[in-house]
Amino acid sequence: MAKVKGAIVVDTERCKGCNLCVVACPTNVIELNEEVNIKGFNYAYPKFHDACTGCTNCATVCPDMVITVYRFKPAKA
Amino acid sequence: MAEILTPEEIIKQGEPVFVKTKLMTDNTLSYCPGCGHGVAHRITMEVLEEMGIGDQTIGVAPVGCSVLAYEFMNIDMQQAAHGRAPAVATGIKRLFPEKYVFTYQGDGDLAAIGTAETIHACNRGENIVIIFVNNGIYGMTGGQMAPTTLEGMVSSTSPHGRDVEMMGSPIKMTEMVATLPGVCFATRQAVHKPGLVRKAKKAIRKAFENQKDKKGTSIVEIVSNCNSGWKMTPVDSNIWLEENMLPVFPLGDIKG
Repeated sequence: MAKVKGAIVVDTERCKGCNLCVVACPTNVIELNEEVNIKGFNYAYPKFHDACTGCTNCATVCPDMVITVYRFKPAKA
Repeated sequence: MAEILTPEEIIKQGEPVFVKTKLMTDNTLSYCPGCGHGVAHRITMEVLEEMGIGDQTIGVAPVGCSVLAYEFMNIDMQQAAHGRAPAVATGIKRLFPEKYVFTYQGDGDLAAIGTAETIHACNRGENIVIIFVNNGIYGMTGGQMAPTTLEGMVSSTSPHGRDVEMMGSPIKMTEMVATLPGVCFATRQAVHKPGLVRKAKKAIRKAFENQKDKKGTSIVEIVSNCNSGWKMTPVDSNIWLEENMLPVFPLGDIKG
């Protein structure tokens, strides 16, 4: 079965590390990085990117609009 | 077996399904990490973008944390004196009846100092949208008790918890104004979970549709968190919100 795949891009410099996207992700793709951005926040990053389904939950709850979501639907074989 | 795409390939070949709306500026929001204001701003602007009325809309910013809303919303904005946003919006709407006018207010602004303006604008049935972000506290000035602070809730001016005998019960503005005939749509939403954000967006859309159809005042209350004022992490504050705020301020349509 063709599985829908997703990917996210996080604008790390604008991320405030609030952790809301980590909680909202149903497939536990996102985690906070141990490294910090220019403002000193532990920014979110897709740690287990392969599990992403492109559901947009993370971007929907992100208060700072730092996440862009892409989705790829493979053509049916 | 289809080949497994790397995230980079998905980004290149896939379609973007969530991109920041153009009606939000590129300025970094001044809110604390995890604050519900950011989501409330975004869904409001997304509704305007979807309806294609961004260039015909005038927003009125309040006093409070969201006083700088005009820095973030890429539309025409006016800043009102504390609590007077519905009065200013009344003036704008009467001068430009063809424009869409909304106010964006917090609970200290709408439910405390601006009670009279809010109630009378609603009573006159002004054809405006009021977006009311309720976090039960004065967030900007350091977490003082607001009219919407819950019973027993600790704030910097009620260190032993809000005492109802002395300070009254939390005021339910949306229920109050829903009794007025001028109000066509009163609803309470939240933005701490993805599903609730989508519901809140639909409610805001309905409010602007009502304005388009000249039905009267629409008020959309958004129960939000204030993790700095409540002295919690963003995730904990959302759990606290669900357990404590929502029983007092239940979600759903109150009128319309």
